[in-house]
Order: sequence, then structure tokens, then C-alpha cells
Amino acid sequence: MTTPDAAEEEHQARFDATIARDQRVEPRDWMPEAYRRTLVRQIAQHAHSEIIGMQPEGAWITRAPSLRRKAILFAKVQDEAGHGLYLYSAAETLGADRADLTARLIEGRQKYSSIFNYPTVTFADVGVIGWFVDGAAICNQVPLCRSSYGPYARAMVRICKEESFHQRQGYELLLTMMRGTDAQRAMVQDAVDRWWWPSLMMFGPPDSDSPNSAASMAWKIKRHSNDELRRRFVDMTVPQAEKLGVTLPDPELRWNEESGRYDFGTPDWSELQRVIKGDGPCNAERMARRREAHAEGAWVREAATAHAAKQARRRARRAEAPEGAGV
Amino acid sequence: MSGTEQHGSGGAGRGPQEGWPLYEVFVRGKRGLNHVHVGSLHAADDAMALGHARDLYTRRNEGVSIWVVRSSHIAASTRDEKDPFFAPSADKVYRHPTFYDIPDDVPHI
Ligand SMILES: [Fe+2]
Ligand SMILES: [Fe+2]
Repeated sequence: MTTPDAAEEEHQARFDATIARDQRVEPRDWMPEAYRRTLVRQIAQHAHSEIIGMQPEGAWITRAPSLRRKAILFAKVQDEAGHGLYLYSAAETLGADRADLTARLIEGRQKYSSIFNYPTVTFADVGVIGWFVDGAAICNQVPLCRSSYGPYARAMVRICKEESFHQRQGYELLLTMMRGTDAQRAMVQDAVDRWWWPSLMMFGPPDSDSPNSAASMAWKIKRHSNDELRRRFVDMTVPQAEKLGVTLPDPELRWNEESGRYDFGTPDWSELQRVIKGDGPCNAERMARRREAHAEGAWVREAATAHAAKQARRRARRAEAPEGAGV
Repeated sequence: MSGTEQHGSGGAGRGPQEGWPLYEVFVRGKRGLNHVHVGSLHAADDAMALGHARDLYTRRNEGVSIWVVRSSHIAASTRDEKDPFFAPSADKVYRHPTFYDIPDDVPHI
């Protein structure tokens, strides 16, 4: 006989060994409560970000300048809905409840990425979001494909495959605008100026101020620190900006011969804190829209439930009916 | 795969969607391959689960065939990986071709 404590220790040892061997933790495995909690919070927050993230770009679907751009944008926004659903599905393998997660978002008890609280004021914003925001998402998400929790890692693999289309359509859109008129070029530069710093903030607070990061990295949920991912994004994006012919709004940005990377300025962390706390330009609007969409969908959910129940009753009656008796 | 024991009916009395059962989705990527588990979704019934599975998991020709099955209908081995459930397969080395010594000069074996 083993005592409960001894059993717990044995579970913990096996869990630690799984992580140390770089194997994946799967839904039915024993896992520390804190690991489960951290994952549910991170995955849910990630899922909410995908869902809320449909709004800034979705606002331009009806105003896209051509059928081609409209079809692309529609497909992109639909993908983001899909990303949200893959992630909710992963969270549910940890015992989270879908309806509960939706309620937490709608009631403001769980967060989503601060980036989606900024407005999309021109069509160039659609391009810059694809380039910066989806580009930043790629930096964040590629390492998550090796996250220690199996269902999360697998969801990330699917998502990363789709993000590449998102980034490329954005960059291509901007290239097209840059070949256009002066006004169009100015529009692109203006969008770059507005989105650059918020995009850098997407990676979260600096490492020195990111209390949960250490545990997440020890558990191999996260593979790289916020600051490292931010640097990767800058290194990736600067040459793309040069090719595009826009200026990134950071006077401190310069190539560092020694490190072989770019040095760059510090984002305004107080702005990030303000936006996270709910005081960004669009927080209230995003939440109101999400609540509205949920309420507007209620009749559809009710109708589908009623239809399913009716079909089930019909099937049951048919099964009971004597053969040849008709329905 | 989602463990069945972790998912009840999603809770009674919280509105229709909340009561929709969870389905696991399996996709055959192309002819000649097995169906593979890709994730899960909620739906009111089997037909809706299939439709949603198509929209959610095969937006880019990822499949030629889809199975959906209610998560609660899946029976799964216990969660404990040192469970004796798989033990019988560990001690039967004679099930593997490498167990048998055949002289090198015997062709094609
Ligand atoms: Fe996404
Ligand atoms: Fe995306």
C-alpha cells in the first residue's frame, strides 16, 4: 500500500521526468494543479485574443477596396475564428468548460491580447496588422508548437500553418499601396507609426517584470522569454520595413555589429498597463461588440437545439413504428 | 484526445449551447491514410457536428473524409501510464522479428 503523499510524489516524479525528457504531457496524465491552471489561463487568453482579434479587421470586410481584397480578408478573419476554436478545444481537454470560458470573456474576468484594443482607422491598418500583428503572432507561436502540453502544441501547429498566409497577404497589400499614390504611401507610413509600439508590447512586459514567465519556462509551456521573442520580431521585421520603404518610428533602432542584432528603444510600459487594465482606445467597444454578438446569436443556438431535439424525436418514433407503417 | 471523464454534459440549465455535447473529430487526410484525431467541437447533433468539422478542420483541403463521435461515447484506457494495461506487450519479445537468430547467408528473410 502507498500512502496518498507517496502516490503524489510518485506522480510528480513521473511528470517531472516527462518534462525533462522533452516528452508531451497528454490530457489524461496526472499533472500539478498549478500547471493545469497556468495552461488553462494561457490557452483561454490566447483563444479569446483570436476571437476578439476578428473585430479590428472584420470592420473592413464591407469596405475592402476590391473583391479580391474582400475575399482574402474574409478568409483571414474566418481563420482567426478557427484559431479561437482550436484553442478552446485544447483548453477543454484540461477540464475547462466552453460556456464558462465564453462567460469569463464576456464578463471581463479573463483577458485577451492588448493589441486588439487599438482602432483600425484606414485600410492600410489591415495590411499592417497582417504584417506586424500576425508576424508577432508567428514569433510567439512557432516555439509554442513544441510546448509541453500536447493538445496546445498540436493546436499551434495548425495555427502556424495558417498564420503565414495572414502575414504575407498583409505585406503584399502594403507593397501594392506603396506602389500607388503619395497619399497611399502616407497612409501606410501612418499605420506603421501607430502599430509599431503596440506590436512590440504584444510580447508582454519585460522579463524583469514578468513574474509568471519563469514557471512557464520551467514547465516548457513557454520556450523563450518575452524579451527574446520581442528581439526576434524586431530582427525579422526591420529588413522587411526597408524593402517596403517605410520608417519604423524608433530613433534608437540601429544595427549592432557586435551582437549581430538590432538595438531598439523601450516601449511605453505604462501604456501597456493602461490598456491591459481596460483603458485602451477600444476596450469598451470590443467587449460591447462581443457581448452583442453572443446575445444576437442566442436565437440561432435555440433554434439549432430545438431542431436537433425534433430530429431525435422523429428518429425515435420511426424506430418504434412497425415495419411498413410509414412515418 | 479529450478524456471522457473530464467532460460531462457541459452543465444543465445554462442555455442551449452550453448543453450541446462535445464531439471528437477525425479526418482522413487523403485516400490510403487512416482517420486521425484533429480536435473537438460542440454541436447540437451529428449533422451539425459534421458541418462544423468541415468548416473548422478542413478549410484548406485537409481531408477527404470526416468522422465525428460524441466524446462521451469514447472508452479510453486509464490515465496512469504505468498501469498494467500495457504491460503484457512489454514482455513478449518473441513478437518482434529481431528476436530470431537467422544465419547471415539465408537470403531474403
Ligand atoms: Fe490567429
Ligand atoms: Fe492570424
